[in-house]
Amino acid sequence: MAMPVSGVPAETPALQLPAGHVFARVGRAIRSNHKATVGVVLLAIFILIALFPGVIAHESPTQDAYAPQLGISTAHLLGTNHYGQDLYSQLVWGTRNVMIIAIVVGLATTALAVLIGVAAAYLGGLADSSLSVLTDVLLVIPLFPLLIVIAAYAQGGTTLVLITAITLTSWSYTARQLRAQALTLRNRDFLEAARVRGERRLYIIVVEVIPTMTSLIVASFLTNALYAVLFASSLQFIGLGDPNTVSWGTTLYWAQNNAALQTGEPLWAIAPGACIAVLGAAFALLNYAFDEIGNPALRPVRKIRHKKGAEPRV
Amino acid sequence: MRYALRRLGFFVLTLWAALTLNFLLPRLMPGNPALVMMSKFHGELSPKALNALEILFGVNTHESLLGQYFGYLHQILTGNLGTSLDEYPASVTSVIGSAIWWTLGLIGVTTVLAFILGTGLGIVSAWRRGGKLDSIVPPVFVITSAIPYFWVAMVLVLIFGITLKWFPSQGGYYVTTDTPGLNFTFFQDVLNHAFLPAISLLITTIGTWILTMRNTMITTLAEDYVRMARAKGLPNRRIMFDYAARNAILPNLTGFAMSLGFVVSGAILIEYVFNYPGVGFMLLQAVSGEDYPLMQGLFLLITVAVLFAILVADLLTALLDPRTRAAG
Repeated sequence: MAMPVSGVPAETPALQLPAGHVFARVGRAIRSNHKATVGVVLLAIFILIALFPGVIAHESPTQDAYAPQLGISTAHLLGTNHYGQDLYSQLVWGTRNVMIIAIVVGLATTALAVLIGVAAAYLGGLADSSLSVLTDVLLVIPLFPLLIVIAAYAQGGTTLVLITAITLTSWSYTARQLRAQALTLRNRDFLEAARVRGERRLYIIVVEVIPTMTSLIVASFLTNALYAVLFASSLQFIGLGDPNTVSWGTTLYWAQNNAALQTGEPLWAIAPGACIAVLGAAFALLNYAFDEIGNPALRPVRKIRHKKGAEPRV
Repeated sequence: MRYALRRLGFFVLTLWAALTLNFLLPRLMPGNPALVMMSKFHGELSPKALNALEILFGVNTHESLLGQYFGYLHQILTGNLGTSLDEYPASVTSVIGSAIWWTLGLIGVTTVLAFILGTGLGIVSAWRRGGKLDSIVPPVFVITSAIPYFWVAMVLVLIFGITLKWFPSQGGYYVTTDTPGLNFTFFQDVLNHAFLPAISLLITTIGTWILTMRNTMITTLAEDYVRMARAKGLPNRRIMFDYAARNAILPNLTGFAMSLGFVVSGAILIEYVFNYPGVGFMLLQAVSGEDYPLMQGLFLLITVAVLFAILVADLLTALLDPRTRAAG
């Protein structure tokens, strides 16, 4: 959970082409970039598991039906925990909660950020100043402690509370990036043309401005989904989620509560954390790949054999 | 100077926003949760402490929201954060005071280390682009940046604390055998206990520095003045540090401001896993004990600390980069 991996300063995002073949380009880019391929494959696997958990896990994730603290076996792939619950099926069924949070928060946060960022850039004047100040303030207030306070007052976060709280607090980084990008577009000819044609503002924003930022928006979605996973799991882990939800974070909470590491049940704590890490890595890899696609300067250089003592390539 | 004043203004503005959030949150929640907490402790509190808490949380008051707000601001600005309920009758400020040094030490040292190491690795991996270091470091840290902090902490506890038993993995010092004091054994004990938490924080935060530094450095290396320096036949080391890195380090400093929030959230979770006696662990204790005054106080403290560090980073950037001053 570090800040966005993008090293490109937010003020100078690479310019994107107007809409059109964006999706075809993205498809090609994903196939040609290894990081992107790995990310897409991992993500696809998680989505499939979230949709059809019953296919690969027949045991109930919540029933305390088995002998407690069983080791790894073919019947219980990851053993059972202190309560006699099957850990493997808990993880498989828990995928759904995490994916729902990732996708819903990712979409909602990005939509909110697009709305605020683009509106600020396009409207200018007082609207821009006030929206920008709001964005900047939210950007520097430490989010995780804020989320802890909100969840505490809400008396524990059901999935809906988690989704709402994370969405409302974490749009600022994306909004700032999108505003910067929209600002570079403001005086471009195709927007001037639309204005001269007499199009309405809303039309210009939705049909002309937003499509040109597709790849930045996709990248933002990935970042936001990653943070949603990390924030939500962390909140569930420290006991601010709903302890009855089947979710990786909740599994971790119970493991921590029972001192799983100290009492010889390390898998109980390590396995769900590993799931979060792999899902997070999928989002991060995709995001990094998008950076490389958007900014050719960052693409890995091919090894060229050069003579000893030659100066390093620039 | 104008730039500095503007940053100071922003600092005050964000501080006010944080205070207002603190004021509004308990009042916005359905069935003011503070009410429940207060009724629980009703008989045990002195009238004065009760009154302070009522002002903080807007309980038992007939004042308008605006009136409450000014009363609240007045009380906070005079330094009264209320009384901790779990540690009654200690005031919130004194309870926090006992935990803050642990966190400051842990975060301070680790962040400086992460910055220096990360920036250094970023410089080298951009300089030898496509080399061994560069083909390992960035991908590895792209992945570690997605790993939850607490998981790294758990893995380290498992390996070095429980399996190998190299380092203690719980608490800030041996509470039973060691008494805090200014002596060598206590100092050594504290360092021993801080080792694993610090490494966890280092592993999870260093990636940002490396990647930001590397990516900006790659851009600066393509600049004409670097080419010029080469043409002049300057030694590589000089080009690397005085020409390229010096200019590339600025985004890393600005990034510091934004990453700090993440460092803090990481520290909270890591303290939780290690039962480390800092403010993060205390915050979670306050949450589970429904000690809302302490929780609010800690949130304020963490926010103020982060905002202050950002202010310092901003001013430092202005000192190093004349362009920000001109723009201000």
